[in-house]
Amino acid sequence: MSTISDPPAGSFQLSMLINDTRYRSYTFQFVALILLIMAFAYLGHNLLANLRAAGLNISYNFLGEPAGYDINQTLIPYTSQSTHWQASMVGVLNTLLVAFLGCIMATIIGVFVGVMRLSDNWLVRQLMSIYVEIFRNVPVLIWILIIMAIFIAVLPQPRDFRGDDATASMVLGMFAFTGRGFYTPAPVFGPGSSVVIATFLASLVGIFAFKRYAKKALYDRGQLIPTLWPSIAIFFIPTILVFFIMGRPITLDYPALQGFNFQGGIFMRNSLIALWFALSIYTAAFIAENVRAGILAVSKGQTEAAASLGLRPGRIMNLVILPQALRVIIPPLISQYLNLTKNSSLAIAVGYMDLTGTLGGITLNQTGRAIEAIFLLMLFYLAISLAISAIMNVYNNAVKLKER
Amino acid sequence: MSDTHAQTVAFVRTTMLPEQPPPASEAGVIKWMRENLFKGWFNSLLTILSLYFIFQIVTSAYPWFANGIWNTSSLAECREMLDGMTGACFSVLTERWNQLLFGFTYPTDAYWRPTLAFVLLIVAIAPVLYPKAPRQLLVFTGIYPFLAYWLIWGGTLLTPLMILVGLIAGYFAFKQFERQSFAMGLLAGVVAAIVVIWAGGIVPAAMPDVLAIQAIPSRDLGGFMLNMILGTVCVSLSLPLGIMLALGRQSSMPIIKWICVIFIEFIRGVPLITLLFVANVVLAYFFPPGSNIDLVLRVIIMITMFSAAYIAEVIRGGLAALPRGQYEAADSLGLDYAQSMRLIILPQALKISIPGIVNVAVGLFKDTTLVSVISMFDLVGMIRGPILASTEWNGVYWELWGFAVFVFFIVCYSISKYSQWLERQLATDRR
Repeated sequence: MSTISDPPAGSFQLSMLINDTRYRSYTFQFVALILLIMAFAYLGHNLLANLRAAGLNISYNFLGEPAGYDINQTLIPYTSQSTHWQASMVGVLNTLLVAFLGCIMATIIGVFVGVMRLSDNWLVRQLMSIYVEIFRNVPVLIWILIIMAIFIAVLPQPRDFRGDDATASMVLGMFAFTGRGFYTPAPVFGPGSSVVIATFLASLVGIFAFKRYAKKALYDRGQLIPTLWPSIAIFFIPTILVFFIMGRPITLDYPALQGFNFQGGIFMRNSLIALWFALSIYTAAFIAENVRAGILAVSKGQTEAAASLGLRPGRIMNLVILPQALRVIIPPLISQYLNLTKNSSLAIAVGYMDLTGTLGGITLNQTGRAIEAIFLLMLFYLAISLAISAIMNVYNNAVKLKER
Repeated sequence: MSDTHAQTVAFVRTTMLPEQPPPASEAGVIKWMRENLFKGWFNSLLTILSLYFIFQIVTSAYPWFANGIWNTSSLAECREMLDGMTGACFSVLTERWNQLLFGFTYPTDAYWRPTLAFVLLIVAIAPVLYPKAPRQLLVFTGIYPFLAYWLIWGGTLLTPLMILVGLIAGYFAFKQFERQSFAMGLLAGVVAAIVVIWAGGIVPAAMPDVLAIQAIPSRDLGGFMLNMILGTVCVSLSLPLGIMLALGRQSSMPIIKWICVIFIEFIRGVPLITLLFVANVVLAYFFPPGSNIDLVLRVIIMITMFSAAYIAEVIRGGLAALPRGQYEAADSLGLDYAQSMRLIILPQALKISIPGIVNVAVGLFKDTTLVSVISMFDLVGMIRGPILASTEWNGVYWELWGFAVFVFFIVCYSISKYSQWLERQLATDRR
């Protein structure tokens, strides 16, 4: 035994590089490094040879050249004369838009279904598990294409809204659901609307401050202050009052039929809606399972202990169950958000111009800069997922059980 | 005392009452319904809403199914037969059945080959999935990949046969040198396999007609067959790669660890579709000039890397879940790294990670539909492209997409049910 911890010094032999555990790991790492360098050198050599043969080079100058194609859904000003870089930025924003909308809707549906799967009601439980199983076990690409097919085959075209014998009509006179997309009213901000918005933001801060005050009162003096109705009041009353005092500065611009199409309002193209809904219902099935697992992970003893302390059901949920369940739910929830963001690259299947559609699609095809475009594309998604993992690590550290 | 009672009470029963059936509201169906469907007004409301929802779906879907027409050759003909009634044109499925399964360029007279390969796949996979199947079948599982390659791609049987011979030679070389050290054995095995495969390559080149069936190029593969091929090939290839990556990530050697970490995090951070773009347009730049690697192979390479990274993370979870005592026990027995991994650690870690691996496999199988985006004609690609775009069947959305949903649901749902079954099987012997 002593030979292992206390080897004879100064008798290094070459065979020890293989046979001695102290040196062997260096040998292996050295070999691995050499192999890696050789592999990269080989691939790089092939790359250079192929590029030379094709008369190409690696250059990012194409990003500054005019793109020359139109994008039908943009969040920032863009024309076909803008550069490829601006087209990519439009794509980035479109990716983030659909990911943001999708995450919100997926969370709402997922939490609803997850809670309903634990319902007392047998029928509801069964329906929800059918939902989860069907949507989890079929590729999201098929759901995207099916929802797109609904737009193409089922929903009316704008021309069906025309004339006296119109076969379709607007819902509530505000919303038009057409095969081209959805039209909704758009807010128009007149003079003085900034005051209303400022009031609204201030009332949000007010709700937050009020909740903190109520919590402090509870913890310090044991005084229970109701929070729900006052919060709702703070949310609505000041904003509505200021809205009327300022003379209704914010109005709605309704979409209206003009010629062969709707004008005005907000137009959400069918590809955006198809992608958004499909990603939401697909991801929601996974989120529902996470939510269910999270709620089941809190043992029944916790509920009973809280009840025996005399807490009412609502407070048991808020103060005992949810904080523990959320610790289990949120990490997989965030990784579902990440999956949704990555799946949003399927936009290219329905022609929604996200980053994959602009930089990885038309820009790539027009300029032929495959390596550069795909490198930038991967870099973008990598940056997003690293950022989300960083957020997740911060959260995990914050909620980690502080024991011992 | 009982005496006083006897004076005051007029009647005392001395025998037991016969057993009564429980009240109707506390037994059988009614009790079940009271507890599970109509407990409180909110629950009753939910039940009624759900029943209404089911009623709506059934009444609108039933005539569509019941009036379905199975034997026309175009949508117009089908609409004519339906004569304004609600009904499905399932005839698109019967008429384009072979296209949905095999793609539209696979030779018609060779359909039996992938079919046979599929049937044999069930035989080959049985001993892997079902522990009670006869162990001798594992030999067939070993032979199967070569047989299936020959059946689907055709050509001479000698090509896969020589590769098989090379692998067997490698295995014997490994056994020969394993006594010295595992690394030595591995090196000898790899060298022997490469030498034999390289030398054996002359044989099929010299005799291309021995046991040859019609060769079919990869670009003719399509339909659901392509999904199955990509799914099974990539899962089976990514499993060993994933194990190696997971072990590498757990390793104490910093260089190897960081290579694995960077690979895994990079692959997990990008969507599969960008990797497929790489396979489609970029990967060719990295092969030697003039080599012409076909698209299916490039896609298999990228999907395998993709799923290997995910499987590595699952197995890493399994490795981390093992108590440290297991590692220390293996070390104290004097086993070296390869032995302790092979005999002690991996069997337990893999057992823990089986459900996770199956989840990755289901996800991967679903993701094989993404190849339709890079214009390969898998099931989704066939529906979007040649079938929906044809003049006969332009506009038959629900029957086709319903079929795709049905097929994928059946496969993925049965895999996940299998995983749950396996989990229960393994849970019993872990206690």
